[in-house]
Amino acid sequence: MTPDDVIKTVIDSGLRGRGGAGFPTGKKWSLTDRKTPGPRYFLVNADEMEPGTFKDRFLMERDPHQVIEGLLISGYATEAGKGYIFIRYEYSEAAQALERAIGEAKSAGFIGKDILGSGFSMEISVHRSAGRYECGEETALMNALEGRRANPRSKPPYPASKGFWMRPTTVNNAETVANIPHIIKMGASQWKSLAAYEGGAGTKLYGVSGRVKNPGLFELPTGTPLNEIIETHGGGMRDGHSFKACLPGGASTPIITPDNMDVRMDFDTVSKIGSRMGTGCVTVFDDTCCIVRAMINNIMFFVRESCGWCTPCRDGLPFVYNILQRIEAGVAEMDELAVLEENCETIYPNSFCAFAPGAVDPVRSMMRLFREEVEEHIRLRKCPMNPRPLPLSHERARG
Amino acid sequence: MLSDGRIKELREYVASLEHPEEALVDLMHEAQEAYGYLSDEAAEKVAEIADVPVIKVDELATFYNLIFRRPVGRKVIFVCDSISCWVVGMENIFDYLKKRLGIDIGGTTPDGAFTLLPICCIGACHVAPAMMVGDKLYGNLTPESIDEILEKERN
Repeated sequence: MTPDDVIKTVIDSGLRGRGGAGFPTGKKWSLTDRKTPGPRYFLVNADEMEPGTFKDRFLMERDPHQVIEGLLISGYATEAGKGYIFIRYEYSEAAQALERAIGEAKSAGFIGKDILGSGFSMEISVHRSAGRYECGEETALMNALEGRRANPRSKPPYPASKGFWMRPTTVNNAETVANIPHIIKMGASQWKSLAAYEGGAGTKLYGVSGRVKNPGLFELPTGTPLNEIIETHGGGMRDGHSFKACLPGGASTPIITPDNMDVRMDFDTVSKIGSRMGTGCVTVFDDTCCIVRAMINNIMFFVRESCGWCTPCRDGLPFVYNILQRIEAGVAEMDELAVLEENCETIYPNSFCAFAPGAVDPVRSMMRLFREEVEEHIRLRKCPMNPRPLPLSHERARG
Repeated sequence: MLSDGRIKELREYVASLEHPEEALVDLMHEAQEAYGYLSDEAAEKVAEIADVPVIKVDELATFYNLIFRRPVGRKVIFVCDSISCWVVGMENIFDYLKKRLGIDIGGTTPDGAFTLLPICCIGACHVAPAMMVGDKLYGNLTPESIDEILEKERN
């Protein structure tokens, strides 16, 4: 197969980016500038830091060769001679597993110069980061690898033509890359037919955590319904408790309520009901959870992790956080809800990267789906569910 | 402290790279390991090895959650405070650790054994609530298991 054949196969497979955005992988590859002489780079984003998400950890700890093999084929297709796996420092076990696997692949002749006499050469290394959510944004990831602060870059130029060290660069999530060997081996149409419905593509790693009996990670046909993931695989709700809501794919995905429990978990279908599939790792809330409090916890993560590059995110998110805290503490007035919504709507389209829209999206969904519960806090002048005083603070606890 | 031999090795390694800046994060990790935290002296060593201004090291160090510019205990306890741990009782875990260690979040025990910090989602949601002590992951935390973990990790 030529690089073009590989790209065509991946386009035909319908594989979409598994980091959460769902951009068609083959299309991304086809945009990579392969005309300019090298070096070109292929970067695997394994900086898994989306709250509620633990799929890449499993993948890399338990089957690192899948990621390595996928990276080699991806590098071949995009004609990249150097691959990096960008992994968060906390995943030391996964990083060690990857390095062991790279060593094994090297001694078997799968990594290095003129691999298996193909004329294609590729080196692979693992980069351990030092902890910052923004590193997962692809242009910020490049800055981080270059030894700069991981702030996002303005586009254009796009990474496909001028990315890492201003060279043509492709970035894909670890799970995305792990699918590639299977697509090439099975062929696009057979791999595609693994999905749960006509038009879907392949299998997906779905996670379930939160207030369920059997939290865990499951490889299932893409498009498996949300209620099947939670009930059949996640073991259903804890005894005596009922499903209240969930974040379907990480802390930046809008809330889903019981009336949409039968939604098929794929990018398009979840978007249609006003949410996003994101990483496909579901966080489940039951009747014991105050939704305002959940959103306070959620937005605190973004306040703390904001890279500080643009004002709407750096200064806007703490405003949202403060109003939510006032609501939970029972000191907010009804007209502050309009301020809260205005803040969210101002931050959403005006930030520099996708971080801040992801931060306010769950809050916006709370205002749409749980307005009554929010207003009840203000009417009662306290949280109707959780009498515990607020221990949370957005102050950064670091050196 | 980084030995002179190790500094020489690292210098040679960095010089062999096409882009020496790529090594900065690794160097910070190593210096932090050697000095206990990224002290001014450690930051200067990193700058010297990578041949960059020390302000560049400081700029990077202060960006990352896991590089400490102030002293920490021999082991840092990172308690996940993101949504999947919160929903199964993270607040109680923090309360218990604070009481047990006699310190607040951000504090270090008087014997220098532990520093207590929050960390964002560590991808251990299937065993929430979870924490890390140094680079070791512990899940399904209960007060009883925390007692055992602290006992084990203190030594």
